[in-house]
Amino acid sequence: MTDWGFPFGRLTLDAIPLSDIVTAHGRTELLSGITGSAAAGAAVLGALVALVIVTWKGWWKPLWSDWLTSVDHKKIGIMYIVFSFVMLARALAEAFVMRMQQVVGHDGGGIVMPEHFAQLFSTHGTIMIFFMAMPFLTGMINYVMPLQIGARDVAFPVLNSVSLMLTVAGGIILMVSLVLEPFSTGGWSGYPPYTEAAFNPGAGPDYWIWAVTLSSLGTTFTGINFAVTIYKKRCPGMTLMRMPLFTWTALCTSILMIFAMPPLTIATALLALDRYLDFHLFTNGGGGNMMNYANLFWLFGHPEVYILILPAFGVWSEVFSTFSGKTLYGYTALVIATMAIAVLSFTVWVHHFFTMGQSANLNAAFGIATMLIGVPTGVKIYDWMLTMYRGRVRISVPMLYALAFLFLFTIGGLSGILLANPTIDYQTHNTLFLVAHFHNMLIPGLLFGMIAGYTMWFPKAFGFRLDEKWGYRAAWCWIFGFMGAFFPLYALGLMGMPRRMADYFTGAWLPWTVVALAGAGLIVLAFTFLLVQLRVSVRDRARLAVPVGDPWDGRSLEWGLPAPPPEWNFPALPRVEGRDAFATLKMTGEDLGPPDDGYEDIRMPKNAVLGPVIGALGTGLAFALTWYLWWLALPLAALVPVVLIAQGFRRDTEKVIPAHEVRETWRAFRALAARTPRVSRRAEYTRDNRGHAIPMPQEAAE
Amino acid sequence: MSATQTRHPGLNLGSNHQSADDRAETEVFGFWVFMMSDAILFGLLMATYVVMRPNTNGGPGPHDLFELKSIFIETMLLLASSVAIGFSHLALKHEDRPTKMVIWLVVAMALALAFVGFEIHDFLKMAGKGGVPQASGFLSAFFALVPLHGLHVSAACLWGLAILGQLARYGLDDGVKVSMVRLAVLWHFLDLVWIGIFSLVYIGGLA
Amino acid sequence: MRAAALRWPLPFETSMACAACLASAQAAQADSFLDAAGPVAAAQVSHLRLILILMAIVVVPVFAATPWLVRRYRYGRARGDYRPEWKFSLLFEVLAWGVPFLVVIVLGTILWERTHQLDPYLPVAEAKAPPVVIDVIGYDWKWLFIYPEQGVASVGEMAFPADRPVKLNLTSDTVMQSLLIPRLGSQIYAMKGMRTQLNLAADGPGRFEGRNTQYNGKGFSAQSFTAVAMRPGDFESWVAQARAQGLPFDEKARAALEHKGTKLDLRHALGMPDGTVVHFAAAPTALFDKIAGMKETGE
Ligand code: HEM
Ligand SMILES: [Cu+2]
Repeated sequence: MTDWGFPFGRLTLDAIPLSDIVTAHGRTELLSGITGSAAAGAAVLGALVALVIVTWKGWWKPLWSDWLTSVDHKKIGIMYIVFSFVMLARALAEAFVMRMQQVVGHDGGGIVMPEHFAQLFSTHGTIMIFFMAMPFLTGMINYVMPLQIGARDVAFPVLNSVSLMLTVAGGIILMVSLVLEPFSTGGWSGYPPYTEAAFNPGAGPDYWIWAVTLSSLGTTFTGINFAVTIYKKRCPGMTLMRMPLFTWTALCTSILMIFAMPPLTIATALLALDRYLDFHLFTNGGGGNMMNYANLFWLFGHPEVYILILPAFGVWSEVFSTFSGKTLYGYTALVIATMAIAVLSFTVWVHHFFTMGQSANLNAAFGIATMLIGVPTGVKIYDWMLTMYRGRVRISVPMLYALAFLFLFTIGGLSGILLANPTIDYQTHNTLFLVAHFHNMLIPGLLFGMIAGYTMWFPKAFGFRLDEKWGYRAAWCWIFGFMGAFFPLYALGLMGMPRRMADYFTGAWLPWTVVALAGAGLIVLAFTFLLVQLRVSVRDRARLAVPVGDPWDGRSLEWGLPAPPPEWNFPALPRVEGRDAFATLKMTGEDLGPPDDGYEDIRMPKNAVLGPVIGALGTGLAFALTWYLWWLALPLAALVPVVLIAQGFRRDTEKVIPAHEVRETWRAFRALAARTPRVSRRAEYTRDNRGHAIPMPQEAAE
Repeated sequence: MSATQTRHPGLNLGSNHQSADDRAETEVFGFWVFMMSDAILFGLLMATYVVMRPNTNGGPGPHDLFELKSIFIETMLLLASSVAIGFSHLALKHEDRPTKMVIWLVVAMALALAFVGFEIHDFLKMAGKGGVPQASGFLSAFFALVPLHGLHVSAACLWGLAILGQLARYGLDDGVKVSMVRLAVLWHFLDLVWIGIFSLVYIGGLA
Repeated sequence: MRAAALRWPLPFETSMACAACLASAQAAQADSFLDAAGPVAAAQVSHLRLILILMAIVVVPVFAATPWLVRRYRYGRARGDYRPEWKFSLLFEVLAWGVPFLVVIVLGTILWERTHQLDPYLPVAEAKAPPVVIDVIGYDWKWLFIYPEQGVASVGEMAFPADRPVKLNLTSDTVMQSLLIPRLGSQIYAMKGMRTQLNLAADGPGRFEGRNTQYNGKGFSAQSFTAVAMRPGDFESWVAQARAQGLPFDEKARAALEHKGTKLDLRHALGMPDGTVVHFAAAPTALFDKIAGMKETGE
């Protein structure tokens, strides 16, 4: 490190994708360069357009003071989800290019070079997991969970903003890697020794290491924050066994985050030590052992998939009971099943490397442990079905996703049980069968769940519903697109096609990859429809408005608040008498407000700049480390403790919302509700639905 | 928050610090949870170390590098500093004026810094005998684990300084009190981790 | 939208059935383990079938009951009763936990037994003759097969007599790789400084695609080879021919192997413009042990 890397470190002109076009030999290299340059161009252009619009509209100030520095859990939740949509768009585009390559690359060649293809699956996987799925569910929990437990905010609002900004910093690093190549080619799991300096000395794996590390730090803090919130911030009467199921899954997910992120942090940090300081932890020589990495990574990796799926399970529980007009079947069983899954998820990691040559005893034990998780998962499926039993099922948009989920997730579970058998895994490991399996869990399970939740809670957050016509269109495209894109991969996997393969000469694979490409096209269409839906809904927001805040005849506390809710959420902390708290209130004609003399001043946290500052430092530090800009890395690293100490000196951190203001706001809301006619479920998807619902039991009794 | 909820275990402020005690309820509980996550971090590094211990790659091993005498001194320094932070915390809880708390905090920090000094001295001595992290898997795992603890101790000292700064600026307000409680939690936690390192890395390495 | 929603379960089920049929029809054309050519792969197929059948017990209810539930309790045209507070039934609860649990117990027992039976480290149970030992070294992006008993080596082709099983010892001189010959059986990782094992057998003579399945860089997709199960006499002459006409395993050969490149690049480097197979007249006996470090995993 005698060289301070001033000013460019190891950045050279080669890092710019355009250089690939200049140096290209042959068609595929040229096309690959063009694809890469187009992606980089799109990223730069997107950023520029965003900057211009914000400047032109004079949005910098509101952006800064209403959003970026806000510590309101609702706004942070929204920012998380916006971020995850942006990342989803990129990762989807990459998926489409990969599917395309596997069609046109059937005789070698194609549109992207093998190393470019490897960057695509690495960024796609990394983004989808760390920068799409995680922010999506974190945003959803952020928005909904405090409302469901009757809290004003999370336990540590500033830390919440720090978590968000750390995640965004990782995302920015991934975006930068489009413009200054290359990203890692080591896949989302980044296995050494392939990712060691001996085999990949370039910047790629370093980008990956820092992006993932930023995200895992942010997630650890999020887990702590949510868990403490649920333990300490529940409103009076909200005992654990009265919490809505979504909050339960949020709790289990947070606990998993607390315990499962450290192994990832360790894995990436140790890999960084190997790469930067020549340690021998996972290297081929020098006494290193890559098997430690495999264990550390999957000690994180398997719980991670349950971090991803549990909140979606929570959404499904809310969807099934809300849209069946009925209380959830088997609440206790569902809670037990959720906890069982969370605990068991730490006992199965070896199934990710059955083929590493361990003893049959070990493999068999981990195989059986894996299959055991199928039991509580199966119970959940059955309990959701039984929630429809004796209900009144409305096939709303979220419910359509939910029903598709029941079918598709069961198929994914079936393939999971197959893979849990070491003997079968010996064949299907590292093939597209595995890729089909995990997409089968992640898309119908997690992504559909998130989209269903987005559809369900959007009106709460913005005061108007999402247009249903486009909602159905998007849902159907997602469902069939998923089947088209991934069922063929099961077949391809059984036919021996490995994952991560850019080109091949086996003719029998071609027809299947063509179908998969068509499916991927349908998925791209589905995503486009979601954007159209958003656009149309914003345009028609008057028609879709639900100011009274209960468009779906909801059951938990959040539906008793105006849409959108005030910053302080509840005029007074509610007192809860049982499960389905708001549904019970509704039946007796009451609301969440306090008695007339019950209004008090509310103390809310003030905005904080710590989050954006840490985010900026994180981005800069990751970039400087990746490109060996030591002159930049050192001062930035030194600033981190300075900033944290400065934060400790902050005292004036709270603002007071006077009681009269709260009273006026709430009275205005109640007056609006009183003026607004209640509607039956028949009118759910009409303009008559202003968010004032007749409870289904009352409707049925008429 | 309902008063019927169980309060967090361990260090607390007691009822004569009512407003700070309420705040501490959430913040210190959160800090405990954070410590839990940190404990996993150290636990995994220890596990890695245990697996890597045989991989000396022909380089120096524990017997060539570890000296129990200075490890013993380090342990004593750290334990003593933990006792000091305990006194500091007791002074915070039972005294109205911060003098005693400050004195004990400074003593704790001095002892901890002495610990770090000894540790650095050890590392340099190891390096002199070829015990550098680049030499083998065993040493890589050692240097991933032990200095991380030292780094935590140094960070805790820095935090102590920051608290003293806040005290000078704002007096003994709720912010300072709650920070002190959390610092004490961290201090004892680092002690525990050291016990782990001491037995697993040093005693275990020499056994 | 209403009408579409009503028809919804059908497209799922039909398209899935179609996919399943097509998959089994097409599998035969690629090198799929469903088209098993050895006892290990055959056992895997039968295990797969068994699991699918048993899993039907828990899967079929979901597929059958969900459309029924939706039809019967559909808002607006429901035929069933409405019990908004109904939330527990002991019978259903016992079934929901009990049936999957029983299925898992059965599947788990089978899993335990099969995992031990098909342990890649164990000799193939059905085999009657002693195995041919082949030391396999993974390079970027080709496999070197060393025949210590026969004293020859090859790249791009793994020949063995069809009437004897093979015992592969694997290691890697580079990053981690994984060797799979789908029609014969299991895959196992190859890692530097370690030795893993894989036992396979073929039912009869034939040619089977084998490859690395663990991504290891830009030549990954070319890292394949042909496993050739030969009539016993043919194998003898294959060995004889390798001895007579194979290249010497000298420094040049070693350098060419260690150089990052596919098996085609290897041939170029060795001055043989076309073809994909390289034979060596001598087997570098100590090479495998040196790379594997003779450290065993497992056990
Ligand atoms: C929605 C449409 C999607 C499509 C068309 C798609 C397509 C693909 C493709 C083509 C690959 C590479 C397969 C190969 O290795 O040959 C891949 C890998 C992967 N995908 Fe997706 N994907 C989609 C959604 C998702 C989602 C929602 C997630 C996670 C939440 C996800 C996570 C991953 C991961 C983790 C990998 C593995 C990357 C690696 O090999 O390291 N994908 N996907
Ligand atoms: Cu797993």
